[in-house]
Amino acid sequence: MAYVPLADQDSEMEMHHPHSWVTKYVWSQDHKVIAIQYGGIAIAVGVVALVLSLLMRMQLGFPETFDLIDPSSYYQSVTMHGMIMVVYMLTALLLGGFGNYLIPLMCGARDMVFPFLNMLSVWVYALSVIILLSSFFVGGGPTGAGWTLYPPQTALAGTPGHDAGIVLMLLSLAVFVVAFTMGGLNYVTTVLQYRCRGLTMMRLPLTVWGIFTATVLGLFAFPALLVSAIMMLFDLLLGTSFFMPAVIESGTPLDHNGGSPILFQHLFWFFGHPEVYIVALPAFGLVSDVLSTHARKNIFGYRMMVWAIIAIGGLSFVVWAHHMYVSGMHPYFGFFFATTTLIIAVPTALKVYNWVLTLWEGNIRLNAPMYFAIGFIFTFIHGGLTGLFLGNVVIDLPLSDTYFVVAHFHMVMGVSPVLVIFAALYHWFPKVSGRMFHEGMAKAHFWITFLGTYAIYLPMHYLGFLGVPRRYYAMGSTDFIPESAQDLNAAITIAALVVGAAQILFFVNIFWSLRNGKKSGPNPWGSASLEWQTPDTPPKHGNWGDELPTVYRWPYDYSVPGAKEDFIPQNVPDGDEPAADEQHFDLDHGVSKAGA
Amino acid sequence: MSDAAISEPNSTLVEDWSADKQAYHVPWGKAMMWIFLVSDTFIFTSFLTGYLHVRLSTTEPWPLQSEIFALSFGGDPIPLILIAIMTFILITSSGTMALAVNFGYRRDKQKTFWFMAATAAFGASFVGMQVFEWSKLILEEGVRPWGNPFGASQFGSVFFMITGFHGLHVTAGVIYLLTVAFKVKKGHYDKKGYEIVEIAGLYWHFVDLVWVFIFAFFYLL
Repeated sequence: MAYVPLADQDSEMEMHHPHSWVTKYVWSQDHKVIAIQYGGIAIAVGVVALVLSLLMRMQLGFPETFDLIDPSSYYQSVTMHGMIMVVYMLTALLLGGFGNYLIPLMCGARDMVFPFLNMLSVWVYALSVIILLSSFFVGGGPTGAGWTLYPPQTALAGTPGHDAGIVLMLLSLAVFVVAFTMGGLNYVTTVLQYRCRGLTMMRLPLTVWGIFTATVLGLFAFPALLVSAIMMLFDLLLGTSFFMPAVIESGTPLDHNGGSPILFQHLFWFFGHPEVYIVALPAFGLVSDVLSTHARKNIFGYRMMVWAIIAIGGLSFVVWAHHMYVSGMHPYFGFFFATTTLIIAVPTALKVYNWVLTLWEGNIRLNAPMYFAIGFIFTFIHGGLTGLFLGNVVIDLPLSDTYFVVAHFHMVMGVSPVLVIFAALYHWFPKVSGRMFHEGMAKAHFWITFLGTYAIYLPMHYLGFLGVPRRYYAMGSTDFIPESAQDLNAAITIAALVVGAAQILFFVNIFWSLRNGKKSGPNPWGSASLEWQTPDTPPKHGNWGDELPTVYRWPYDYSVPGAKEDFIPQNVPDGDEPAADEQHFDLDHGVSKAGA
Repeated sequence: MSDAAISEPNSTLVEDWSADKQAYHVPWGKAMMWIFLVSDTFIFTSFLTGYLHVRLSTTEPWPLQSEIFALSFGGDPIPLILIAIMTFILITSSGTMALAVNFGYRRDKQKTFWFMAATAAFGASFVGMQVFEWSKLILEEGVRPWGNPFGASQFGSVFFMITGFHGLHVTAGVIYLLTVAFKVKKGHYDKKGYEIVEIAGLYWHFVDLVWVFIFAFFYLL
């Protein structure tokens, strides 16, 4: 039977227009409000994780100076910092925050396909955060097993939070998976089924491609986390032995036998590795759009970029055991996983070349979002190259569990996505608020963050080569680590404290600009993609006024020869751009004409 | 409405994905259900892979399922007889569900309702038999999640976890089917169309399919 697409029956989209303050800002079904709720919670919990990392640094840099932190709370900080940053901050902010805000706007849709489910998603996410943070207030505190939660260590009495803390952590993760699934189904269905007229998949901005692919990865990877959480909860609460082998604890055998700790590692990393790309792919997409817009040039190799995103997404499911080279698995597996891991470098390097080639001979406008985007290229190349070291089994074995690994993953999936997030927050702030941020403050924020990043993580590579093990509360005196390593640790700590404090600039900037920023107008960057062409800024509920937009071109028509302005919005028809003879060809349009 | 929006039932995959507006000629709810089911497949795959792994890793012998899951009706015990009946009922319910979808598209509300109700009844009886199976194992045989008298303790752990998780899916499906069935009866979908019956059907067939894999891997292997 003939089926009429719902996107055409515009009136069929049920818009629940809010009637009160509560339905507008709390139980809102508007994707833009939900995005801000997601982003707000994610950033708030991210600040908690940042403070935890600073506590750890203070202990490492100046041991026996502060009473704030003891060995137990150090491990708890390591664990909570890692888990919060990866899952509750980055994943939630990039997919729940940016995904929610940008997908419907970039697809020319009025909202997500199921706004009610979307609203449930953010509040279930809030519940998972509450459960997670509540573990700080139970007896024994949060779990200190490391963010990978490897059994049997998680359940043993020597591990802080082995009773209530770990149970709350697993519970919170399970609830998070439910929240993510409700949101993720919405994002994928919206991209596939609710695009406006003329908007083909190959006309989508790379932001949408990145978030879309990452969400698909999430929908396939989070089940493994859910299952491992359920199985470990059974082990902890029911006394089953899925992951628990026979263990003798302080002379007494525990009531477990025959379980497989390796099984947990496989399940965890089957989630954990795609998780890296769940964070990275949206960042790739966002940074592509920021770079292209501010370089006033189309993104180089758009089709290659799309296929690279898809290839990375596919490959990310067959590399997970490169996190397990030292786990005792069969060396042939190591061979296989090293090969697939190194193959991932191909599409990833392709993306890096394309970003650089996008900048090449571009009409670059060095404003704050562009600073962060270019900074990302540096940190990402840096972190990516150390990934090639660690992907090889023979090099990984001595470097495993040293500060080299810490430096690697913080460069590649900590700092890099965070720089993109700042680029994107500054870039889209005018659309969200209708006002410009303070440029000088933003640039100061960039320079401190960017240089501070190198001050923190470059020395960590060196510490790793020295063999300084990670996750240690204090080194004590060892033969193989020179005493000067402690000086490096102190320097790293000072840099970390400065960078941590500099983030206040960001918050001051945002809150100051919300009231006092210059009015930005609808399209301050002269961006061609659809979200900047809304009739209202910030967009109203329903986004597009009476009629949905029609798209005639891809989102990267910058500096088109013969066009009147240096960008052509996606919703301008082919014949409508002014003819070449009507305008003078101005090579030096350094100032945004739409900024007025 | 533009011409491009008219659906092309015979269009190719490439044409569909190159089109504007939508990649599949299906309603939003159906697309979302498909994506959800693929995601759910990963959950059950992880469960079954985990089960196979612990079955290999455990140090004690794995109990003989054919003896544990045997029932005797007066004479000799018949291996797996209850599971066979449960499997038969669940597959039958897929048949009644397919008929309900068919009558839904014909807009025959009465028959749609009754076939959906029958499907839900089959599902409920499946859950009922599962309750019987569980209570027999727990009360008579002494099988617990943390141990059992027959061998590897993981046998009970896996059994309760996987059949429990599947049973939750069936229970949710019964509630879902009944909700939709009563809405069908009231004429709630006269305007919106009856795709919802097919969407519910997709879920139900998926739950049945998963059972086939559980049956094969857990009870037969």
